[in-house]
Amino acid sequence: MDTAAAKRFSHPAEKIWSAVFFICGMIAIAFVLFITVFLIISGVPAIGKIGIVDFLFGTTWASTAAEPQYGILPFILTSVYGTFGAILIAVPIGLLCSIYLTKFASGRIAAVIQSAVELLAGIPSVVYGLVGMILIVPWVRETFHLPDGANLFSAIIVLSVMVLPNVISVSETALAAVPKEYEEGSLALGATYTETVFKVSVHAARSGIASAVVLGVGRAIGEAMAVMMVSGNVANMPGLFRSVRFLTTAIASEMSYSSGLQRQALFSIALVLFIFIMIITLLLNFVFKRKKD
Amino acid sequence: MMGENAIHNSAVGQSPDSSIELHISRSRKIRGGIWKGLMIASFVIIMALLTGMIGYIAYRGIPTITWKLLSTSPSVLNDTIGILPNILNTVYIVVITLIFVLPLGIGTAVYLNEYATNHKLVSVIEFAVETLAGIPSIIYGLAGMLIFVQAMKIGTSILAGALTLVVMTLPTIIRTTQESLKTVPNSYREGSLALGSGKWHMIRTVVLPSSIDGIVTGCILAIGRIVGESAALLFTAGMANNIMNFGQAFAPNHAGSTLTVALYMYAKERGEFDVAFAIAAILLILTLVINFAAKAVAKKLKKGTSAD
Repeated sequence: MDTAAAKRFSHPAEKIWSAVFFICGMIAIAFVLFITVFLIISGVPAIGKIGIVDFLFGTTWASTAAEPQYGILPFILTSVYGTFGAILIAVPIGLLCSIYLTKFASGRIAAVIQSAVELLAGIPSVVYGLVGMILIVPWVRETFHLPDGANLFSAIIVLSVMVLPNVISVSETALAAVPKEYEEGSLALGATYTETVFKVSVHAARSGIASAVVLGVGRAIGEAMAVMMVSGNVANMPGLFRSVRFLTTAIASEMSYSSGLQRQALFSIALVLFIFIMIITLLLNFVFKRKKD
Repeated sequence: MMGENAIHNSAVGQSPDSSIELHISRSRKIRGGIWKGLMIASFVIIMALLTGMIGYIAYRGIPTITWKLLSTSPSVLNDTIGILPNILNTVYIVVITLIFVLPLGIGTAVYLNEYATNHKLVSVIEFAVETLAGIPSIIYGLAGMLIFVQAMKIGTSILAGALTLVVMTLPTIIRTTQESLKTVPNSYREGSLALGSGKWHMIRTVVLPSSIDGIVTGCILAIGRIVGESAALLFTAGMANNIMNFGQAFAPNHAGSTLTVALYMYAKERGEFDVAFAIAAILLILTLVINFAAKAVAKKLKKGTSAD
């Protein structure tokens, strides 16, 4: 580097700006650390007081009873079942739709599906909750002759609609990235186009599809407001037609009036949820590492 | 079979010999037909879901949108409901969030793309961004309450809500800005440096202006997330329905609910479904506008880069 250039780059303004950008770069890391530290600091004490076994595997949540009990197994199981149910519905529909979108649909229909998916992804969760509350809940009540339609089943339906756009857009990217040679090779060996798509392209895109599923799991397990409006919000052990509470809604429903150990226990629930989410993030980043470019 | 051939041609770009078709057994054709039927069915389900939802919200919501609803605040005395405070609060939160998140997000993207030399550090930052993108909004709400409302003593306020959303929308801004920084040709940078500009001068006058479209797209996407967010605001921005000016929105301890939080309160706590559907219709219109705007900008971005 000649002296002029050296002067240019060692100018004080340059040093200041380079430091500013470095700080900006560090901020994302700082945010993650802050959130983690705050959740651990506020979540761990209650687990200590209640006992980790009683907390995680206790089947009764009675935070406002005279002798309060803080077992969050109902919430954990509800979140797991609800997520599993939503994935069970959303993945087949979403995958078939993304296959249609990438491999069969003409340009115009593909554009229509794409906009539809983007719109579904953009609709706020409270709007899904409202529609679920007014349409799905009464429908479930009447179809299955229940006293109340706000239950796990309604929540699964609403959740499955909400994770559909995620599943479609991620598996669409994976399917579009399958090398053409694979498909051409299969066609040359005498497979029909449909067979090629379902046996070769889908197989080649399997890791992308797997990450679509995991991303869908993350979305479903973290959803709070829509689920709050349709799941009945009672701390029962989960059953398909029972009113239930998810990990997310357990936090949201009691936070505004809680105090003392009850409040601390809510932070512990958040910590448990955060651990679930971190496992999903790690899975996405290290197990199904998406190829860049 | 003509239709199927057309599909083959368009999708793979080669014309299959029709004599091959003769050797395909009936069961294989039937199986192929079933798969196709399932695909069409799932496509129909998604379109029906979308049109059904939009249609129903429009049908229930649009007739209940009145000027009075839009232009007044709720009054217990007159027993009327108005959503003007919620509209204003939504605007305040969007503006305040963007004021903070834009410099931070663009700065991070510039650092990652222009300054960083340590690959390990870059991958740690990128992992942090991915993590932020995956955290559910209820956790943001809780962390925001712990950090901004309590530890920093801002109190339940629009400002605390906006700061929470800054963290939440940061990944969106970083990603879109980074994508568009990557499309700026290196020759631009080299040209600028060769003409004697310093690095910061080059970034300010050449690199950032060429990636303005990506920044705008990020902005629009972030606005979409902010407008639709509710769980993160419930415990940070609060549920008050008072009209305030922008200065108050920037001050601590001025709580206010956005449209989404108001929708939730009216539907879940008060059973005012007409108002809830009116807000839902407004939110849906905003979502449509935001999606359309993001698309229009992205289109322009594509044109800009292909012209280079």
